[in-house]
Amino acid sequence: MSVADGRARIIGSLRQGLGRGELSAERKAELVTRLDAPRRNLVPARGDKSQDARVALFTEMAEAVQASVNRVSGITDVPGALADYLAENNLPSDIVMAPDETLDVYPWTERPLLNIRRDKAVDADQVSVTAAEMGFSETGTLMLTSDAARPSTLNFLPENHIVILRAGQITGGYEEGWRHLRERGDGDFMPRTVNMITGPSRTGDIEQTIQLGAHGPRRLHIIIVED
Amino acid sequence: MQPNSRDFVARARKSLGEEGLQEALARFRTGFTVKRTEAVARLPEFEALRDEAVEIKTHTIDHLDFYLERFADKVEQSGGKVHWCVTPQEARRMVLDICRAVNAKTVTKSKSMIGEEIALNPFLEENGIEPIETDLGEYIIQLAGEYPSHIIAPAVHKTKDQVSDLFFERHREHGATKRLEEVDELVDEARAMLRQRFIAADVGITGANFLVAETGTTAIVTNEGNGDLTQILPRVHIVVATLEKVIPTLEDMSTILRLLARSATGQEFSAYTTLSTGPRRSSDLDGPEQFHVILLDNGRSDILNSEFREALRCIKCGACMNHCPVYGSIGGHAYGWVYPGPIGAVLTPHLVGLEEAHHLPNASTFCGRCEAVCPMRIPLPSLMRRWREREFEARLQSSRYRIGLALWSWFARHPTFYRMMSGMARVALGVFGGRKGFIHNLPFDRGWTATRDMPAPEGGSFHGRWRRR
Repeated sequence: MSVADGRARIIGSLRQGLGRGELSAERKAELVTRLDAPRRNLVPARGDKSQDARVALFTEMAEAVQASVNRVSGITDVPGALADYLAENNLPSDIVMAPDETLDVYPWTERPLLNIRRDKAVDADQVSVTAAEMGFSETGTLMLTSDAARPSTLNFLPENHIVILRAGQITGGYEEGWRHLRERGDGDFMPRTVNMITGPSRTGDIEQTIQLGAHGPRRLHIIIVED
Repeated sequence: MQPNSRDFVARARKSLGEEGLQEALARFRTGFTVKRTEAVARLPEFEALRDEAVEIKTHTIDHLDFYLERFADKVEQSGGKVHWCVTPQEARRMVLDICRAVNAKTVTKSKSMIGEEIALNPFLEENGIEPIETDLGEYIIQLAGEYPSHIIAPAVHKTKDQVSDLFFERHREHGATKRLEEVDELVDEARAMLRQRFIAADVGITGANFLVAETGTTAIVTNEGNGDLTQILPRVHIVVATLEKVIPTLEDMSTILRLLARSATGQEFSAYTTLSTGPRRSSDLDGPEQFHVILLDNGRSDILNSEFREALRCIKCGACMNHCPVYGSIGGHAYGWVYPGPIGAVLTPHLVGLEEAHHLPNASTFCGRCEAVCPMRIPLPSLMRRWREREFEARLQSSRYRIGLALWSWFARHPTFYRMMSGMARVALGVFGGRKGFIHNLPFDRGWTATRDMPAPEGGSFHGRWRRR
């Protein structure tokens, strides 16, 4: 059976099921408009707050799902905050970091003990550092997108995932993320992978007991940087 | 998989006596339901979101041909391939062809009910390809040689002790030596066992929670991260999904996402919602080189053409089974096929035939909790009732049952005789009840009095009291 056959057969039986033929050109045009200029549905009021309150809500929601959050006052504080986190948790200072130029603004060399490799993740990596594209205060969710400088293995293979997020990137609901992606790219704006991450990996598959670190990171640490 | 719903009554009876299962179900009955209630209470817009979600999905289903074609075109534009399959046989064949083209030896799988529906694992095994389930619950039941008993918590029927025994027995060949007793140790051992399998796999297969027509994106919602390792590490990613998973826009998906985790597990949001659009881009450092979407009909277009169309709104959250007193008493395996609980009672007769599955729509007290919690407001009791009518028309019940029903129906339409009979029954039961007013052993219905006493009727009938009011 050829590909075209399968498509024609299924579309045919769907139309039979719907009790109509192909849609009229006018109706199709209406639906194309619905797709090309997507309208927002109801967005919960929860995230509709001042910027400060949004950051606070984001922090509260992320901590409620066992992420840890550290708010630092500027870009120069980030390498120190990272080094402190690693030391506090007895983690190695060998880290794999996305080759992402938005991470170049932080003065990593001021912390010479941090041994940083800029690449995708491999199995042996224990700590990864990536930059988020956005944070949604509604549920404490991070949005990370993939591209040549942002390999998505960094978000899943290492046991410890550290994400750097600018306070100004924290918005209300997920719809802000779609708006941002549409404005950022043109035409086919979707990255290969969009990861919406809410807390570290978990499972409840044995007696509904929540256990962190099922297959993805055991720890998710978010460093929020004031703009 | 092979349906086994014909023996529902016997299987249900057996389940009631299984100690481990009953222990697991006792825990299950209060777990998800309490968490859902709390999560819903935290979101004032929950009911309004349900209304919108119903509207979105109804609109999508009414234009399913349009949105699927648009989705497929967008997938192809982003470098992926779409395979339209009418039957499970075609879908399995397509998966095998894709695997063979890259000489695949092992395939990692993230939990997919469609994978169960088309019995993908045994088929791949028969053809020399090893499927590895990576969701912890699915991994447990694959080791045990079983199938899921719940659509989002596949191993909910197992106790921790049973998992301990299973891992001890099956992990020995991989060098494990100790019988582990704590949940964290068991999870860690499964993690360690599966890590190399993720890395070595040639193909990763996932399901889809959504197919976004706007962008040609597929989306999965998981908590463990296994779905992500399944799809970003191997060279080939295959998505297996049925037609009704399509949704117009990212905004529409967001509305339903707000309902999904809250309804399913009572989480505000699942840990990972992952959107995939095509294969890896030319400069990407990781991600699959090939991206295939298998669009499977398997009876969905027939459901469209029936009085059960509303069932296609289902987002497979499992809330109906979490809240069903029948499911909560017998577990999912008694239902005998992929989808248990109220939604299973509606879908299964369609997908495997009424003759095989006619008992399932009767496995309900019509208490209405399933409809009350269904985020997509599917009228599950009404749909089950329609199946019961078809079952009666098709003469599938025992003659004893049919005669009973016919008698009841006659009396219900002849109130004078009904009152006469119920009056006599009242007097007779009163005599049976004796001085204490309890019946220990009721002729014709020992099933009732075997485990409890039946109170004898007291005073007059409702009709009588109404007249004297």
